[in-house]
Amino acid sequence: MPKQTELAGSSMGSRGQSFLEWIGELGLFTAKLARSTFSAPFHFHELLQQMHEVGTRSLPLVVLASAATGVVLSLQTRESLVRFGAKSLLPVVIVLTIIKESGPIITALVVCGRVGAGIGAQLGSMKVTEQIDAIEASAVDSFKLLVVTRVVACILMLPLLTIVADCSGILVGWLANTLIEHVSLLPFLADGFRQVTFHDLLPSTARTAIFGFIIGLLGCFQGMRTTGGTEGVARSATSAVVLASLFVILADVGLVRLIQVLFAP
Amino acid sequence: MSQPPTGSPAIQITDLCKAFGGQTVLARVNLQVKAGETLVVLGRSGTGKSVLLRLLIGLQQPDSGSIHMLGREITGLAEKDLYEVRKKVGFVFQNSALYDSLTVAENVAFPLKFHTRLTGSQRQDRALEILARVGMEEAGAKMPTDISGGMKKRVGLARALALEPDIMLYDEPTAGLDPITSSEINDLILMLQKDRAMSSIVVTHEIHSAATIADRVALLDQGSIVFDGTFAALKQSEDPFVSRFVQTG
Repeated sequence: MPKQTELAGSSMGSRGQSFLEWIGELGLFTAKLARSTFSAPFHFHELLQQMHEVGTRSLPLVVLASAATGVVLSLQTRESLVRFGAKSLLPVVIVLTIIKESGPIITALVVCGRVGAGIGAQLGSMKVTEQIDAIEASAVDSFKLLVVTRVVACILMLPLLTIVADCSGILVGWLANTLIEHVSLLPFLADGFRQVTFHDLLPSTARTAIFGFIIGLLGCFQGMRTTGGTEGVARSATSAVVLASLFVILADVGLVRLIQVLFAP
Repeated sequence: MSQPPTGSPAIQITDLCKAFGGQTVLARVNLQVKAGETLVVLGRSGTGKSVLLRLLIGLQQPDSGSIHMLGREITGLAEKDLYEVRKKVGFVFQNSALYDSLTVAENVAFPLKFHTRLTGSQRQDRALEILARVGMEEAGAKMPTDISGGMKKRVGLARALALEPDIMLYDEPTAGLDPITSSEINDLILMLQKDRAMSSIVVTHEIHSAATIADRVALLDQGSIVFDGTFAALKQSEDPFVSRFVQTG
């Protein structure tokens, strides 16, 4: 009878092999995505539909989440700044925090949950019910139609959603602040944006296109490799959200450092 | 690429082999379907009948052997060329595989959207026309979830007909249906064959369907064709497996 340590070792080896296979398949999938994105035919109508699905339909959730973040940020920051006698810095701290970090990351995580899961479940369901085979049998490239359009829609919509999230967070942050101590909106914004430069706004917002790529890619990848019926679809949806959230956070670490290096004042 | 003259092969399968993870599913299968002919492939569940159809339109690749469709070798064909072949082949899926986010009419119009220059309203008219041929003109605006299994089969059939194919492949077209609906689907297949003179392969395990629609019957067992001939010859076969299949079917 094999010892427990041998069994554990064999199980770890098998998991390691599965992980390496997953990485390899993801690499091939990404390469196919790169090739397919820039070659005809282009499905613009489907792309617009997906942009509506990713962008317009995520808007209420993104606005609400960033508004809540704006309130919390305003309340917490105010308390800390009052303690250090730097209350006048409140507008700029709120604006910079939202623009540089909380707006992009909150938007990405909300879209991960809503769109990542949706893509994983939808493609997974289409895979197990042979709808993707039916598209192929109709002589239509299912990869271009389903994957390319979804990933490109995520890449295009994330920065736009982030701008809306930034506006929502800053405005509600002001509102929370003014309810405690009245400050007019225009002076608040003028103070807040006085020290904000192009280098604060553009790279931080643009990096969400990479978050969009990660969300679209992992949602589609997990969905397209679904096996095993409804249980498989549920697994794909869950793994799409978990992996996309994890990879977005990890990418954020690298991108923040990269932006600091490339756009150093 | 068009339908070859009647009598010449529309589909030619030679020494086709396919295995999954060491388990042989198809072992040197040889079959031929002439232009305008309907071949019914019979066999027990899990004998590789559906795999055979998937290989024929390149949804899966064979391990070895060759497949000629309308005179063109399709194994190892580039994706772009494969799509050209698929435009000439209609595929009816076992579970219909209708797009659940589209209406019945949109499902039928789907291939037209990508392969014709028809406008949206022209596509809609054409889809309703095709639906009328399969007796489903009333269901155009319904969603696939709102129609019965038999109706789904008809819509799947209509979608496969949208591009007016030269070859039709049916994967268990009557599976899971009651005897009356099965009979209606068989009649529909016969009617379409008569109207369009397409070459067809129908995969099924139902002897009754084979008796109704087959010009020729092939029996698949353990990855090999164990019988190839007319239905009358199948019934008279003295091969133990063949006669057992016919008697119990």
